[in-house]
Amino acid sequence: MTSIEHHLEEHSGRSNGLDSTGMDEKHTPWNHIIGFSISLVLTVLALWMVLHHIIHAAVLFGAIMALAILQAFVQLYFFMHITEHHVPQWPFHVWMLTLGVTFTILFVVASIWIMSFGAESY
Amino acid sequence: MLHNAENFASHFFVLGNPMIYGADVSILLVIFGIVFVLTYYKKWGWLWREWLTTVDHKKIGIMYLIAALLMLFRGGVDAILMRTQLIMPNMSFLKAQHYNEIFTTHGTIMILFMAMPFIFAMMNIVVPLQIGARDVAFPYLNAISFWLFFFAAMLLNISFVIGGSPDAGWTSYPPLAGITFDKGPGENFYLLALQITGIGSMATGINFFVTIMKMRAPGMTLMRMPLFTWSVLAASIIIIFAFPVLTVALTLLLLDRLAGAHFFTIFDGGNPMMYVNLFWMWGHPEVYIVVLPAFGIFSEVVATFSRKRTFGYASMVASMIAIAVISFFTWVHHFFTMGAGPGVNSFFAVATMIIAIPTGVKVFNWLFTMYQGRIKMHLPMLWAIAFIPNFAIGGATGVMLSVAPADYQYHNSYFLIAHFHQVLIGGTVFGMLAGMYYWWPKMFGIILNERLGRWAFWFFNIGFYVCFLPQYWLGWMGMTRRMYTYSTGMGWSLWNFISTIGAYMMGIGFVFIVIEVGYSILYGERDLTGDPWDGRTLEWSLPSPAPHYNFARIPEIAGRDAWWTIKEARRKGDPVVESKPFKPIHMPNDSGRPFVLSVLFFVFGFSMVFTWYPLAFVAFLGILISLILRSFEYHTDHTLSVEEIRHTEEAYGRV
Repeated sequence: MTSIEHHLEEHSGRSNGLDSTGMDEKHTPWNHIIGFSISLVLTVLALWMVLHHIIHAAVLFGAIMALAILQAFVQLYFFMHITEHHVPQWPFHVWMLTLGVTFTILFVVASIWIMSFGAESY
Repeated sequence: MLHNAENFASHFFVLGNPMIYGADVSILLVIFGIVFVLTYYKKWGWLWREWLTTVDHKKIGIMYLIAALLMLFRGGVDAILMRTQLIMPNMSFLKAQHYNEIFTTHGTIMILFMAMPFIFAMMNIVVPLQIGARDVAFPYLNAISFWLFFFAAMLLNISFVIGGSPDAGWTSYPPLAGITFDKGPGENFYLLALQITGIGSMATGINFFVTIMKMRAPGMTLMRMPLFTWSVLAASIIIIFAFPVLTVALTLLLLDRLAGAHFFTIFDGGNPMMYVNLFWMWGHPEVYIVVLPAFGIFSEVVATFSRKRTFGYASMVASMIAIAVISFFTWVHHFFTMGAGPGVNSFFAVATMIIAIPTGVKVFNWLFTMYQGRIKMHLPMLWAIAFIPNFAIGGATGVMLSVAPADYQYHNSYFLIAHFHQVLIGGTVFGMLAGMYYWWPKMFGIILNERLGRWAFWFFNIGFYVCFLPQYWLGWMGMTRRMYTYSTGMGWSLWNFISTIGAYMMGIGFVFIVIEVGYSILYGERDLTGDPWDGRTLEWSLPSPAPHYNFARIPEIAGRDAWWTIKEARRKGDPVVESKPFKPIHMPNDSGRPFVLSVLFFVFGFSMVFTWYPLAFVAFLGILISLILRSFEYHTDHTLSVEEIRHTEEAYGRV
């Protein structure tokens, strides 16, 4: 049990003050194992596609981009608790997701904009 | 055979420079000294049990503080060496290569191994105490963060005497930092050390975000949080979104150097400017990561020593969040001269100017907090007040730099050097020193000596202006950064001379701080009340230093400035409900694994620097095994009994 779980428990008045090394924690974390495997597969797939030039560049860009987006959803679903609901007081996970999406789009779109400098003169 | 060994040694160790030999000798002497003292006083067990394995946020914070001060010394010595080389035209104190290495390590160390651990020190020591928590959300991860930072700092510092230091600037731009132009292992040291400390920083960002969001005492709503905690929350958000970009940039450059990739090469489809783009995507938010906690400290200090509530609390919070978000929209102003075209440059110039608005709001709020307050000029307040004119000048020159067409004149000149030292020293260093003085009693139970502190303050503060104001002039006269010497007749000699004198004064200021700490440990005034400054926030409700479980009873928060509210209630004679019974406290176990894991990371990094792949593989395997072992560890925590708590509290006289 992490200290945060304990802290939440203490505040909700469920704490029994006993050392919690209960059996309930010893289950296999299937979610993490599956998520980890999928993310490895997606990464290797992208690398393999590029190293072997399986298709011409324009399609390859699109394919890698699609894999990246898929990868993001794998991370959010299997590791980042996106399906959990018990939000205490403020939907900060919505704010953080909004920020995350904003910054991700910003980094990609702005980089293309910035790095295609001089292109307007051609 | 012997020849081979000689050949290896001459590349492995840095040879032929008397100053480096001096460094070799002093490093060996310090190591022998530490080993001797620990053995003689039989302190090895104590060191391991109390410090190396601790997961207590307060002790981790103290270790961050010590490391940050050591790195401030190292980076400061670099600065003194550079200024000595520039004191007169045509000096031959340092050779060009040596000068390159020194300005590179100066920048890298000051940002990543001084400023970052200094803010982490303050975060660790204060945030759980301010929000009424018993530790951070993930104490074990916190220990990993610290030890990764520590061994990354060692990895970068060891490059001085083994292999040669990085020499392509703290920004490490390719193609200069690429394998074509920089064959030595120096740049590998830079890349791997930053990568390892980056893991630690990222973990700290997540740790504190979760701590602040989830572990506040009952009644402490977000808008009742102390402003320092708010600033740490804003900084954590920036860390979480900015550091992954640095990781990507460094990984790609490392692949270029070690695996023959072509991400940032000039030929074969690479684009060096893409590295610059990625680097500053992290680099600009990074400066807000290190300055926002300083803003938070100023808010605490100004309110406490003016004996007033912070003026405009809500606008303070709003400006910090605005700064955190807008900081991601400004990075191109670091390379306006790439020539991305008017559209791009205008967008990022305007975004840069906009960020000055929330910053200005904060400055006015501090001034209005002081207005009609009963100001007490203790050391923390002194640094806070000195910060304001400093930051005003630094901010104004920042807005000058943000004007894209004008930036073509200022870019990479000493004007820029003066500007960013003014905001980073005047903002971050002044802020961290204010915080150090302010919370030193809470950390150690000792109040630092006021008299010596004032000497340190005046030497450092006046020295600062003497050092950096002439550099604005030098920039206008065309002196560019990173030049290791200049000729007579440029008109630069006088200003460089004055600037160097200022640097020496700052050095003397630092020496005074060291003397002050030593003197105060021996003879300093002890803080027996736990509240030496008549503070406003919860950390001052605890004894100094705080017990390892922080709060015997988790406090109920009834308003902003929680401790002040409680004290007000007591002054009015309200009955104070302190009779709640103690409850058993749940605490995390100490663990040696973060230390071992980080040693393995060090070995991994070191062998990657020299491309000793078999050793790197072994170390990597060790890292994996450490992680797996931790995953199957179930006894990670223990419970303090009511008797133990009562016993400790009685020793403090607080039952």
